[in-house]
Amino acid sequence: MMRRMTSVPAPEPARLPAWRRFAARVAGQAIVLFARAITAVHADWRGVGPSPRQRVYFANHVSNGDMPMIWSVLPQHLRLKTRPVAAADYWLKSPLRAFAGGEVFRAVLIDRRAGERTDDPMAAILQALDEGASLIIFPEGQRNQGPDPLLPFKSGLYNIASARPEVELVPTWIANLNSVMPKGEIIPLPLMCSVIFGEPVTLREGEDRRDFLTRAAAALAALRPEVRP
Amino acid sequence: MSPLMRDIALLALAVALVLLALTLVGERMRARRAQPDTAVEVFMTRVDSWWAMFILFTLAMLAGSWAIILLFAVASFAALREFYTYSARTKADHLSLALAFYIILPVQFLLVFFDLQRAFAVFIPVGVFLLLPFVSVLRGSTERFLSRVSETQWGLMIAVFCLSHIPALMWLQRPDQEPGRGMLLIAFLVLVVQTGDLAAFYTGRGRGWKRIVPGLSSKTWGSALAGLAAAAALGLVLFWITPFGPFGAAAMAAVASLAGQVGHLVLRAIKRDRGLRDWSHLIPGQGGFLDQLDSVIFAAPAFFHLTRLWWQTG
Repeated sequence: MMRRMTSVPAPEPARLPAWRRFAARVAGQAIVLFARAITAVHADWRGVGPSPRQRVYFANHVSNGDMPMIWSVLPQHLRLKTRPVAAADYWLKSPLRAFAGGEVFRAVLIDRRAGERTDDPMAAILQALDEGASLIIFPEGQRNQGPDPLLPFKSGLYNIASARPEVELVPTWIANLNSVMPKGEIIPLPLMCSVIFGEPVTLREGEDRRDFLTRAAAALAALRPEVRP
Repeated sequence: MSPLMRDIALLALAVALVLLALTLVGERMRARRAQPDTAVEVFMTRVDSWWAMFILFTLAMLAGSWAIILLFAVASFAALREFYTYSARTKADHLSLALAFYIILPVQFLLVFFDLQRAFAVFIPVGVFLLLPFVSVLRGSTERFLSRVSETQWGLMIAVFCLSHIPALMWLQRPDQEPGRGMLLIAFLVLVVQTGDLAAFYTGRGRGWKRIVPGLSSKTWGSALAGLAAAAALGLVLFWITPFGPFGAAAMAAVASLAGQVGHLVLRAIKRDRGLRDWSHLIPGQGGFLDQLDSVIFAAPAFFHLTRLWWQTG
């Protein structure tokens, strides 16, 4: 049963005072410029074009810069309609993060503490989709610090695919960002990154959860550029 | 108008006319074809990038030495970024690489700016060479250590040290010359090396000449010679912006083009090893900064030291 409520209400951009919306827009442009200046980030639309279809971009997660990176390579008209799905505990920690998460990125904030949360994260995600937004999600659920290219996917992607089959699920590989700022470093290195968009993955007739998630993960991992020894 | 300004204006006018001619030729080719043709579009993108570089460089020359240094420092930063993106490194090199980008590169260009020739010549090849690996050692990881520190140093040598010789040409002038004429030497170097590369590229096609490095590049001995000849011819034509005589200018141009063509092949071997076609796509139609500058980077130190030698003995 889906309950129509958001776990943590994100402020509606339209209801904010004009100066806050302006500040959010300026901060957003600054983030895009910074990402481009440091990493020369480049979008590789390999499997889909940058068209205004409703999509869920699902991406690998190695660094806190992942989401801003995808957000930065999207053309402006897509970026305005795309909201990241992010952890409430991270994005509500300080007023600055709350501003960035809520007003700049307009994140769909979800509570990832499975035991303690009071409301269903899927409800918030589906509500955002029903409002017409495209989403950015990280199906691994946490940052991948290990040697494997991907951690096992959580069920969210499958739930979206079965609840909203008309939405395109686009595998999105973020390459090289981990070298820009490995965990524990404070100075970002200006190395070049790219964001590779693959062919959309759709849920097949009768496909079960585990098969679908494995196939989606394989489609994402296949985008990974060859790593030299 | 001072003689220097007059020469800058004349040179800019000449280059602008050549670019205008290329643009017109490209537009004619475009108009003649019913459908857009890839080769023509690539050519036009390149011409557009040349226009952009020409305008930036001319503005920098007019603004003065600080602008030239800044222009090449930015290019150096972009080139170093391209190199390090594909170089051997681990997490243990993070601080070394951060130092390379944020400290060593700016210091090198400041040394050029303040014309500290001795410091500028030893800072990276000696000081950094000996000390930077220590920063990587401190992190304790010895995995592929020699490859990592070698590639870090190689990147600095190519993208910062050698590249910084291009703006350093500014300071090469005889006391009897008007100050600032060194800037024209930069224009001279870039123009003759580029022309040599282009001539080598366009003459080498389908003549059955012997390839220099089969399997790596389509460059042939014949096309390389054609490149040298074209560079020398342009050097002869442009001798009036240099401190050399007509034949001196032609000889210097040929030497610069030789070093440049060598550099192009060397960097191509590195790209091949890394599985790259271009270093990046930051310059439309040309690839990355390293693709654009590879030959000039190799030509600049040779040109710099030969010029100094010339005056010391001459």
